[in-house]
Amino acid sequence: MLIACAVAILVVMVMAIIRALLGPTIYDRILAVNLFGTKTVLLIAVIGFLFGRPDFLDIALVYALINFISVVGVLRYFEYSHREEGGSL
Amino acid sequence: MKHCLSLAFVLMVLWLGNSGYYSPLFLSLGALSVVFAVWVSHRMDVVDHESQPLHLSGHISFFYCWLVGKIILSNIDVVKRIWLGNKSISPCVARLPLSQKTDMGKVIYANSITLTPGTVSMDIEGATVLVHALTAESIAELKGDEMNRRVSDLEL
Amino acid sequence: MLADIVAVLSSACLLLGAFLIISGAVGVLRFPDFFTRMHAAGVTETLATTLILLGLMLLAGWSIMSFKLLLILLFILITSPVASHALTKAALHGKLQPLVDEKNER
Repeated sequence: MLIACAVAILVVMVMAIIRALLGPTIYDRILAVNLFGTKTVLLIAVIGFLFGRPDFLDIALVYALINFISVVGVLRYFEYSHREEGGSL
Repeated sequence: MKHCLSLAFVLMVLWLGNSGYYSPLFLSLGALSVVFAVWVSHRMDVVDHESQPLHLSGHISFFYCWLVGKIILSNIDVVKRIWLGNKSISPCVARLPLSQKTDMGKVIYANSITLTPGTVSMDIEGATVLVHALTAESIAELKGDEMNRRVSDLEL
Repeated sequence: MLADIVAVLSSACLLLGAFLIISGAVGVLRFPDFFTRMHAAGVTETLATTLILLGLMLLAGWSIMSFKLLLILLFILITSPVASHALTKAALHGKLQPLVDEKNER
C-alpha cells in the first residue's frame, strides 16, 4: 500500500510540473509549485515509513514550514511588482 | 498573563513531542528555550487574545466537527465534477454579506469558506466577502447562511 | 485481530487518499482557468492529505511519530487556506478576470 501511495504521489508531482510548464499565467505556475511542495511533504513522510526511517518526519515538518513561507514570499513579490503587466508572464 | 501561560504550555508540548529524548540535560534546555521564546514574544507584544484565542476554544471544537463533515461532502462533489469534465462546472462569483463583528470571526469565516473545496474567498471589503465558486449550487448553499450563523455564534 | 483491522483501515485510507490526490491533479490539468484549478488543488490539500496522513498514523500506532504526523497535518490544514487566499488575492490584484459561466452572469 505504501508503494502504491508513493507512486501516486510521484505521478501527481509530475502532473504538477506539467501544469507549471504549461502556465499560462504566473499564478497557475505558483499554484502548481505550491501543490508540488505539499506533495513533497507527503512523499517524504511516506518514504520515511517505506524505508523504516522515522527521522524523515522531522524533515517533512521543516519542509512544510519552508514551503509555506516560500510561496507567500514569492506571492508578495509578484503582487506588488507586476501589477501593471496584468499578471501575464 | 493567562495568554503567556497558554503559549508556554503549547511550546512545552511541542518540545516534548518533537524531541523524544527525556534526559535532564535535554529537558532543561527545553525549559530554557520555552522561557526565552515566551519572553521574546512578550517583549514583541504579540501574546494577546489574537495569537492565543482562549475565549474561542470551548465552542470551536463543535464547529470544526461540523466543518469536517461539510469538507467531506464538498470534496466528493468536486471530485465527481473533475471526472465528469468541464461541462459539469459553472464557475461564478458572488458577494456575500458578513455578520461577524470581530476580525477574528471574519477570518474564521473566510478560512472556512476557503477550506471547503468548491468555494474560495477572494477578498473582504467592509461587511462583505467576495466568493468564487465552482458551481452555482455551492453559492446558493453559502447564501443559505448556515456557516455564517455558526461562525457568528462562536463570537459570543 | 485488532491489528488486522487497523492494517486494513490504514490501507483503505492510503488508497483512497492516493485516488483523491490523483483526481485533484487531473482537475488541475483539466479545468479551464486559474480560479477553477484552485478548487481542484483544494481537494488534494484537504481530504487527500488528511487521509494519507491518517493512514500513516494508523500504521505508526501510539508513538512520537503519530504526534509528528498530527503536527504536519495541522500545519498543512492551517496554511493551505492562507496560501490559497493569498494566491487568489494576488491574482485579483493582478487583474486576472475569473471565467464566469454565461448562465450565472448578472
